[in-house]
Amino acid sequence: YEILECSLSESGYKAPSARKTGTTIAGIVYKDGVILGADTRATDDMVVADKNCMKIHYIAPKIYCCGAGVAADAEITTQIMASNVELHMLNTGRPPLVAMVTRQLKQMLFRYQGHVGSSLIVGGVDVNGAHLYSVYPHGSYDKLPFVTMGSGAAAAVSVFEDRFKPNMGLEKAKQLVRDAITAGILCDLGSGSNVDLCVITEAGVEYLRAYDTPAKKGKREGQYRYEPGTTAVLTKTVTPFSLDVVDESVQFMNRE
Amino acid sequence: MLSSNAFVDPGKMKDYHYTGPVEHRFSPYSFNGGTVLAVAGEDFAIVASDTRLSEGYSIHSRDSPKCYKLTDTTVIGCSGFHGDCLTLTKIIDARLKMYKHSNNKTMTSGAIAAMLSTILYGRRFFPYYVYNIIGGLDEHGKGAVYSFDPVGSYQRDTYKAGGSASAMLQPLLDNQIGFKNMEGVQHVPLTQDKAVQLVKDVFISAAERDVYTGDALRVCIITKEGISEQTVPLRKD
Repeated sequence: YEILECSLSESGYKAPSARKTGTTIAGIVYKDGVILGADTRATDDMVVADKNCMKIHYIAPKIYCCGAGVAADAEITTQIMASNVELHMLNTGRPPLVAMVTRQLKQMLFRYQGHVGSSLIVGGVDVNGAHLYSVYPHGSYDKLPFVTMGSGAAAAVSVFEDRFKPNMGLEKAKQLVRDAITAGILCDLGSGSNVDLCVITEAGVEYLRAYDTPAKKGKREGQYRYEPGTTAVLTKTVTPFSLDVVDESVQFMNRE
Repeated sequence: MLSSNAFVDPGKMKDYHYTGPVEHRFSPYSFNGGTVLAVAGEDFAIVASDTRLSEGYSIHSRDSPKCYKLTDTTVIGCSGFHGDCLTLTKIIDARLKMYKHSNNKTMTSGAIAAMLSTILYGRRFFPYYVYNIIGGLDEHGKGAVYSFDPVGSYQRDTYKAGGSASAMLQPLLDNQIGFKNMEGVQHVPLTQDKAVQLVKDVFISAAERDVYTGDALRVCIITKEGISEQTVPLRKD
């Protein structure tokens, strides 16, 4: 028995509001590949729920995806894509194409008619070169040299429109994406905290978590520790469990 | 799939890819964010506010304090709809002048509070969308704080937080100034330095979690010597 969101409001109930990421995400194509950038704030309406979340998700060894919109939708959608991509690689015996990821994403999002509220920026390097796509919740996509999404998209795209040039060098390109995300962090209330970057080239991936921190926490002057006993203990009951060791087995975890 | 969002709640954030039918109705209000805090001590009062003015997901100004000086011994903090904050403070200033001219004396903090209550209730059916907190010294030179709701209900407090991060600040003040929910702690009276330090610290914490609070903090300290101001930077994101 399925309960649809529409039928809830007919009965006068409101479905709990999903946590959105707020967000500024951006991507550019530069000389050697693509650079993806994102802020790290997740909001519950207008309260910060997570000050340092990860919005750049792994899809394939050289394909990553930034997610904006409903946090759960972005997270699950990218995980489903990563899983499908791996199966596809095994089926075809070929490394994945960015276009393939984009097509699977848009087919899934269109099927859900926009109810899966994730706006994504897919970027990566494949046998055909470096590619960058933006995919919208209803299933449309754009293939462009630079894209921005999220509530801070306007702030970020203004930086790109000013300074983007095709075939930029690595350092200038990283600086440009950093500046675009920083514009979102400072000028958009839905975005904040740190800048995460992900540089993808033929050679490999460099995931730069907290590449820049334009907003630092203020230093508190006072001490706010509590002595033990500050919280009143009204009653205390101790129930000892008498246990005997019956059997012991050790398993080693394969940690790689 | 028909959408149930036929009537959009004014002031509430809309989904930024929403494409269903929406009934537009002109809303005379808008929410400009901001947090205000006032603390009363033995012989001082503090009124503090952040300086960020926002609307929707944007920032209008990073330097728009919400504390307004009324007399040499009274400061009012107003947050909510900025348009109503400006008009209300203009009206209060005019009424203060009228009182001075008729009665040949400056209004006391308690008198200003009582007057503000009547001004706000006068607009009971089209309220000023403003959360007010008055801080100052009473006739005996002791610190006084008066807190209001948008339609004029008020009371005298020792400390009060208002505005967007009020729900985050008030419990912390209850604990640190009111010594609530603590056992076996000495109730030391609040000194001016400790109060200023506490106010700065609570705003630093509020700026972490409330998107509307940030940029800078303006602290007005009212003593019998006069009103001194301090500005402290806060997170700008």
